[in-house]
Amino acid sequence: MSSDVRFTDFKSDKQPTWCPGCGDFGTMNGMMKALAETGNDPDNTFVVAGIGCSGKIGTYMHSYALHGVHGRALPVGIGVKMANPDLEVMVAGGDGDGYSIGAGHFIHAVRRNVDMSYVVMDNRIYGLTKGQASPTSREDFETGTTPEGPKQPPVNPKALALSAGATFIAQSFSSNAQRHAEIVQQAIEHDGFGFVNVYSPCVTFNDVDTYDYFRDSIVDLDETDHDPHDRDQAKDKILESDKEYMGVLYQNEDSVPFEQREGIESSMAEIPDGAPEGAMDLVREFY
Amino acid sequence: MPEDLNWAIGGEAGDGIDSTGKIFAQALSRAGRHVFTSKDFASRIRGGYTAYKVRTSVDRVESVVDRLDILIALTERTIHENEDELHEDSVIIYDGERSTMQDVEVPHGATALEVPLKRLAEDAGGAIMLNVVALGAACEVTSFPIENLDESLQKRFGDKGEAIVENNKKAARMGQEYVQEEYDEEFDYSMETTDADYVLLNGDEAIGMGAIAAGCRFYAGYPITPATDVMEYMTGRVDQFGGKVVQAEDELSAINMALGAARAGARAMTATSGPGIDLMTETFGLVATSETPLVICDVMRSGPSTGMPTKQEQGDLNMTLYGGHGEIPRFVVAPTTVSECFWKTVEAFNLAEKYQTPVFLVSDLAMAVTEQTFSPETFDMDEVEVDRGKVVDEDEIGAWLDEQGRFQAHFPAADGVSPRAFPGTADGAHMTTGLEHDELGRRTEDTDVRIEQVDKRQRKVETAREQEEFDYREFGDPDADTLIISWGSNEGAMREGLELLDAEGHNVRFISVPYIFPRPDLTDEVQAAEEVIVVECNATGQFADIIEHDVLERVERINKYNGVRFKADELAAEVKQTLDPDNGTQEVEAE
Repeated sequence: MSSDVRFTDFKSDKQPTWCPGCGDFGTMNGMMKALAETGNDPDNTFVVAGIGCSGKIGTYMHSYALHGVHGRALPVGIGVKMANPDLEVMVAGGDGDGYSIGAGHFIHAVRRNVDMSYVVMDNRIYGLTKGQASPTSREDFETGTTPEGPKQPPVNPKALALSAGATFIAQSFSSNAQRHAEIVQQAIEHDGFGFVNVYSPCVTFNDVDTYDYFRDSIVDLDETDHDPHDRDQAKDKILESDKEYMGVLYQNEDSVPFEQREGIESSMAEIPDGAPEGAMDLVREFY
Repeated sequence: MPEDLNWAIGGEAGDGIDSTGKIFAQALSRAGRHVFTSKDFASRIRGGYTAYKVRTSVDRVESVVDRLDILIALTERTIHENEDELHEDSVIIYDGERSTMQDVEVPHGATALEVPLKRLAEDAGGAIMLNVVALGAACEVTSFPIENLDESLQKRFGDKGEAIVENNKKAARMGQEYVQEEYDEEFDYSMETTDADYVLLNGDEAIGMGAIAAGCRFYAGYPITPATDVMEYMTGRVDQFGGKVVQAEDELSAINMALGAARAGARAMTATSGPGIDLMTETFGLVATSETPLVICDVMRSGPSTGMPTKQEQGDLNMTLYGGHGEIPRFVVAPTTVSECFWKTVEAFNLAEKYQTPVFLVSDLAMAVTEQTFSPETFDMDEVEVDRGKVVDEDEIGAWLDEQGRFQAHFPAADGVSPRAFPGTADGAHMTTGLEHDELGRRTEDTDVRIEQVDKRQRKVETAREQEEFDYREFGDPDADTLIISWGSNEGAMREGLELLDAEGHNVRFISVPYIFPRPDLTDEVQAAEEVIVVECNATGQFADIIEHDVLERVERINKYNGVRFKADELAAEVKQTLDPDNGTQEVEAE
């Protein structure tokens, strides 16, 4: 790891095809800043992304990266980190990718608490398929596939995470560049699964959950007396469905990452040229 | 006195049938006898008929037959279930004092030995040992030295303390002595012991052992019959070599975790059975397009849907060969014996890394639950070779950077295989995506690049055809007019079937094919034969279809899909019937 890494080193030479003004620009910049600030460089970093606008992120960043299939980015990230705990693993997703098709993996990734960060670009809509309701869309949000609204309450991903035993839950807002980068940095530095839900507005298809809406309604937890180490306080904040918060909602300082509990200490990439020493003992077991 | 003895214990699931059968099989193996085991079981935890069958001989045994010599029946149903296999020299051991076993009818003039299994077990220290009492009785009937059983009892119960081991030894002797004292019959069975050293293992264990030997360090899976034994085998054992098994939340997660681990540079594998393969299918394309080496093992069972989860079938061949949308290069390798489960697993990892593709390792329930004896040298670890393919380190990476210093992880190499840099390698950072991509791994819809990358990936198959030997195993008479072809676990039954056919004057050539794709070209072999019969455990003849497609010639088919593997004698009869249908029909009419 070199100390002179700048966040622009994590930028690829591919121009993003996101719509002008998309929240994902700010989200990605914050991720790159946080990676550089935490002393990582592109050659020790692995970014996994799913499908959708958020999934394009691996192409615009420069690091080892895999753009996977819809909703399955978290298991890929877990596999990468377990096979080589020396890598910095960051998974990027969207609200559809992470909380709909990938909801099952989300719960279990939280439970597993592998030392990686998970940044979800939550714009409360399906953008790349041109504007359908997502799991975080409001109950009355009218779209082409839900003309009268989804008629079901939105998923509360922070509540899901807390109930599944999360050790780090945070929320940020892509347009508040400094705070967003700090929050992602805290997620990276956390010893375990660092989950950050990022409000990342879709300027093309979502005219309700806009920059103005978030700017007006978001409350920075740093400006309150919130104690992120107090699980009950975190629970109360997370369950306030009519409030939008920014900052670390919950952090368990005693978290021990899964791969540490499993005793994985080094990369699994190094193997001998033939069967490992002592392999004949595996045969003798069958006497 | 038959050299070749067929023994079984049957009862209800939960009666300890499996462990009792295994104790006996291990005792035989330790006594230098060859063993081939099979299981009848239902998809339930307790209750329902279940049996563990052991065929044993001083000569090698490769299959099951339709004959049962010694049967320990813990339930009356056990006798009915095996009625067709019993004969006048069969011996049935059962507990006549049990209320459900009062009016047992003994079929085909077999001898029934009433042994108060439960009462004797209680005298020895606990009713739970009634199965071991029965084993002792079976030792007496077969003149098998009971001392050989002691070591197996030690292995099975040693963890529970010496007292338990001693009680079990005592229980076995009480069974033995009871038969000695109460019955005057001279039983026409004996079991010679030899000095040979054998190991006894099943196909799933052989796959797990092969994976660890080949350097597999990461395994992710989700429990499913009959693939779970692979996972259970690796759990704990792979840790000793720096690896880990993860039980994922589902099969989608399992294959994606394995994919992640493989991209991080580990040799990685997942194993499942049919329904799990369905769930994993979406990711096949990503594995192939991202050019990630991955071994995906399908231990087949009866389908479709949940089918018959504890029964045999070879119905997923088309799934592994064609599964997934779009077109992707892949390898499909199907071991034909328990020992080949080991060696083909080793080969699967080498193919995966040399060609950076998914490799489907296709096994089946019959092989998964069959324990078979081998000399330990069958698994000579010194013979294991590891070929990681075109992995470049930081000293070599310079040759693969473009003029802007970017690593060309999908460089359209002439042989179709690009350089591979494990994450962490300096200057190797690169994107990979399941979207069509350029040589840098970046998304593209450029028509020329699309063709270049598709062609590049497909070239791997051609390169492999040139570099690897996708051959077959051959038995019988190479000049015979009749050619039988099979794949997967049918090899043993067919090999033994050849001897039965030979004894009746039917000269047969038998080809057993372990490679489904790429596979050997059998055109010359098929054309040289007058009759070609493809044998497989499915209803439609999926492999027969492939052979017809390859050689543009019709073939005969023998298909079995009732959930039970081929038996040697039954298969020989089927072959005769196919060769001479009129004769067979007359026989049936005469009965």
